[in-house]
Amino acid sequence: MSSERIHNVLAYLRNIVPKKPNKIAFSDGELSLTFSDVYDRACRIGSYLNENGIYKRPVVVFMRKSPREVTAFFGVISGGCFYVPIDEEMPRDRIQLILNNVCSPLVICDEDTLPVASNFDVSDGKVVLYDELLTTEPNYEAIDSIYARSLDIDPIYIVFTSGSTGIPKGVAACHRSVIDYIEQLSEVLSFSESTVFGNQTPLYFDACLKELYPTLKFGATTYLIPKTLFSQPIALLEYLNKHKINTVCWVVSALTMVSAFGTFDIIKPEYLHTVAFGSEVFPIKQFRLWRNALPNASFTNLYGPTEGTGMCCFYHADRDFEDGEAIPIGKPFRNREILLLTDENKLAEQGQEGEICIRGTAVTLGYYNDPERTSKAFVQNPLNSAYPEIIYKTGDMGKLNERGELVFVSRRDYQIKHMGHRIELGEIEVSANMIDAVQMAACIYDKVKGKIVLFYVGTCTEKELTVALKERLPRYMIPNKLIRLETMPLTANGKLNRVELKNNFENNIY
Amino acid sequence: MEKLLEILTDLHSDVDFETEENLIDDGILDSMDIISLITEISEEYDVTITAKDIIPANFNSAKALYALIERLSDED
Repeated sequence: MSSERIHNVLAYLRNIVPKKPNKIAFSDGELSLTFSDVYDRACRIGSYLNENGIYKRPVVVFMRKSPREVTAFFGVISGGCFYVPIDEEMPRDRIQLILNNVCSPLVICDEDTLPVASNFDVSDGKVVLYDELLTTEPNYEAIDSIYARSLDIDPIYIVFTSGSTGIPKGVAACHRSVIDYIEQLSEVLSFSESTVFGNQTPLYFDACLKELYPTLKFGATTYLIPKTLFSQPIALLEYLNKHKINTVCWVVSALTMVSAFGTFDIIKPEYLHTVAFGSEVFPIKQFRLWRNALPNASFTNLYGPTEGTGMCCFYHADRDFEDGEAIPIGKPFRNREILLLTDENKLAEQGQEGEICIRGTAVTLGYYNDPERTSKAFVQNPLNSAYPEIIYKTGDMGKLNERGELVFVSRRDYQIKHMGHRIELGEIEVSANMIDAVQMAACIYDKVKGKIVLFYVGTCTEKELTVALKERLPRYMIPNKLIRLETMPLTANGKLNRVELKNNFENNIY
Repeated sequence: MEKLLEILTDLHSDVDFETEENLIDDGILDSMDIISLITEISEEYDVTITAKDIIPANFNSAKALYALIERLSDED
């Protein structure tokens, strides 16, 4: 399979259905769908799109996380369209911004999200229930024809990330990038038909690509683990054991939640042999607890921005680390290159810092309906003046350590990683400044405690401000601490003095 | 109890912890919250909360959580 060149991610599904029609593909413990169920549903949804003349358009999927939502994604692709996942966890204002950006002709929702979905302005678009789409008779001829006409540079999804101007950015990725990613990731983490994934990440980010597409490629199985289990370590491991889950790609806080409180003294994951984590510092103490509990398992650090399609680099963490040492990002997957570029657009020397830039098929199509911000980050490779070649500038600074491994150093700007999410502190500030009772707001990140701290001058209480922010920002972007000040520290030219703000905070002056 | 409410309010200043009774079941406290909460409780009350204590019955409300802290203090 891997040697056969494919052009459409649905090739994975079409290939596996006749081989394992009755194997469970996706389950949340309550609803389980087999590969033939998945194919049937995808074809029905694709046929609905075809019947309604919706083709090569973004289709919003606004559903509760479940195997049903996954089939809606594949259904949208079957109709030759691309899915835009949104979620109830997103605040209303943000969802509306996303809807305005994509101008989707169709919003697919379920019974839970319909009341909310009905209140959005979808201009000429239609809001339709998922169950209603499933009543469409599959038109296989139309589905096959759409499949045959597809190009591997056609988009399959748009996912939205934080933008410093307060408007989220929609990253659009195509078949070719996702196929390339799935092939390389599968090799690095040795996925196979016996892989049983335990998914933790939400479906509205590219993080879930790790489970969704390899499941189709190999005929594996993915369990979508209920979110509330991530606040109950013993019940979580019981769930893993009950479903014989052997592979997890989780955020660091989910792994820490299990290891930090002695869970392994009571229960161990019996089947788990592959653990991947990423984009965040894994405290070495917790990493050791995991390694000791699962001495035969593989642990892999993954790194990559959404603009580079899922993950881009990997490091098999198969040695011990010093306390406080950062686990390296390692090296890029095959078929992509990391350029470490200095401010002069030259390659960084050994040990010198440079901006991590990605070259290869993994580079996504850009920000949807946003040429301005696209052109700032997706740029011509400065090392190549002979023909057009786009690289993505991540804004992450990195360097090679003495072992030749890539390590993350810092951010160029005010972007942070918090609880596995990528956040622009600027977006939080813009949102706070939009509130009438706030005169001025400034945001910093307390790396030691892992907390977002917002300082503000204004007439509202901390609680009122939090409530107001929740209408605008997703929960993971809500500041963990709000500090109301009489005045903001300013520099000599009247600009906000972030350095003083940070110093004062660290020295407990506030 | 007052100190505990302060710790909780620091995590989610818009939640009324005196009345809320489904902190885990409704997904108000996520994995990151639990980690910081337990760290701060350990520092404040000098008790050790372990995995077997991290269940909805102990974490669904501030009252239940306070009862857990008192139980653990007595054991020490």
